[in-house]
Amino acid sequence: MSFGAQLFLAFLEGTVSAFVLAVTALGLSLVFGVMRVVNVAHGEFFMLGAVIAWSVAFMVGDMPLVAFLLALIIGPLVVGGIAVAVDWLILKRIDYNPEGTIVATIGLLYIIQQAVLILYGPEARVVEPPFYFRIQFPWFGYSGYKLIVAGISLMLLLGTWYGLSRTRLGLYMRATQYDQETAQAFGIPVRRVYAAVFALGGGLAAIAGVLVVPIQQAHYLMGHDPLLMSFIVVIIGGLGSLRGTLLAAFVIGISDGVISVFFTPTLAKILATLLVSLVLVVRPAGLFGEKAP
Amino acid sequence: MTGGRQGSPWRTPMIVFALLLAAQFVLPDYHHTNMTRIMIFAVFAIGYNVAFGYAGLLSLGHAMFFAAGLYGAGMSAQFLGFSMPLAFLFGGLCGLVLALVAGLVALRTSGVSFLIVTLMFSQAAYLTILYFNDITRGDEGFVLAQEIRQLRFGEMVLPLTDPSLRYNLALGLFMVCYLLGVALLRSPIGRVLVALRENEPRVQMLGYNTFGYKLLALTISGALSGISGAAYALLFAYVGATFASTQYSIYPLLWVLLGGAGTALGPLIGTGLMFYLVEFASEITSSYLIVVGVVLVLLVIVFPKGVIGTLSERWRGTRT
Repeated sequence: MSFGAQLFLAFLEGTVSAFVLAVTALGLSLVFGVMRVVNVAHGEFFMLGAVIAWSVAFMVGDMPLVAFLLALIIGPLVVGGIAVAVDWLILKRIDYNPEGTIVATIGLLYIIQQAVLILYGPEARVVEPPFYFRIQFPWFGYSGYKLIVAGISLMLLLGTWYGLSRTRLGLYMRATQYDQETAQAFGIPVRRVYAAVFALGGGLAAIAGVLVVPIQQAHYLMGHDPLLMSFIVVIIGGLGSLRGTLLAAFVIGISDGVISVFFTPTLAKILATLLVSLVLVVRPAGLFGEKAP
Repeated sequence: MTGGRQGSPWRTPMIVFALLLAAQFVLPDYHHTNMTRIMIFAVFAIGYNVAFGYAGLLSLGHAMFFAAGLYGAGMSAQFLGFSMPLAFLFGGLCGLVLALVAGLVALRTSGVSFLIVTLMFSQAAYLTILYFNDITRGDEGFVLAQEIRQLRFGEMVLPLTDPSLRYNLALGLFMVCYLLGVALLRSPIGRVLVALRENEPRVQMLGYNTFGYKLLALTISGALSGISGAAYALLFAYVGATFASTQYSIYPLLWVLLGGAGTALGPLIGTGLMFYLVEFASEITSSYLIVVGVVLVLLVIVFPKGVIGTLSERWRGTRT
């Protein structure tokens, strides 16, 4: 394969993973932006999405497309439900204290991960993609499913943007992010908005997990990398800035893809983590962050 | 911290020392080795406590300081032929230097960003160890050669494989670090660090160089973590990338929180309790890390002050 074709392939791979990363990181960014909560268990929500996709496929049997569509609905619903329960049982109880929520979500990370290990086991399991078709480029064929993943992710990003800027719940969320106390004074049910945001953030991660599982296999430890990558993206983009999160997701996702193809994935990850420090030396609040909290 | 009612600040350390010294004659072999491990990890926890408990720096990257000590000591002994004491000091130095460098960058941020940046650095360090798999042996790790594991004093040769020697070396190291922790907490520097934790803008307003003090706290913390890693490598003869993973950044946080952040005795209590809890759970299930999760959540909701914090509040009725 010529260098140009290889670069194109790397770019394509990078773009697909950038879309998935954008969806995952958006969830983290929303939760931090509105609730000021750093959800260290965010990667486990991603993993739960993937594991649920496998379970649905297992139960549905030999109909990958039906299983895929069902998982796209069930995954975020179940994870959203867990998120609401966590918000109610843990986060609300400690009054969203920043250090407390970090420690509690680290705990949650272990609880979810180990519970999945008990129920699902330590194996990595394959989920069939909902359909097989290859798009034939002049130099190589490319999995059509991966492009569908990018398409669905794009729709999710647009949907989230629409929801935030054009709906009442979105208005509530933005008002709460801007000034929690004033929002409450204007009759916005802040606590319920918090629960909704936490569910939405978890749901987005779960959908990303469902989308990724035919490419990656479901495994109980698979949440670690998406968590770190989301952290990188959110930090570089600026904590709480959705615009920055998306931009950073594409910069990191694509460069990660390109470096992974030409060198090794390990080197790509090392460079991404060091990029974080570089950005922070220049701009401690990230590219689009207003002010470091 | 009134201090008046509880007498000398050195009384508790003396009692702890006496108990640990006596324990080695009573403990069965299995617990004897466990206790050695606990005391070494407790040094790691003391180090973490200086950053988190004293100065309020919530880091999720301390595994890299521990690993710096572990690899610094292990590799210099194995490949460069450093003697045991020299390798030990070199390991501690590696932790110190890494903390200084990481702190210069990471401390430009605070709060959540600081947490994430330290996590990133630690991850970069972990991946670097994996990347240089040829030398470090990656996840698998390497075992220190038997013949280099000895202390020489002139004609006398003491093998580090002797459990009793290991126990007392660990005890000595732990006591030195423990006393250092107590002394630091009571020193003027310690007071500034605690003030930083409570109200940083006010400390800054009083004219203190807050960045410098935080860097100092992180460097001391990194050096102690490195020392702990170095001691682990030399006493237990194993060096591996697992010790650089995120889990070993979470452990010291858990130990310190469980024992009571900011207390001098907390790190030992937390480390010991957690060590046995994990041991106990791993006998029942392979998903024993769920215990770690449950304890973390319970600590936040039920015992935010940890064991020592909760107890001393009961006894003295003081506000910390």
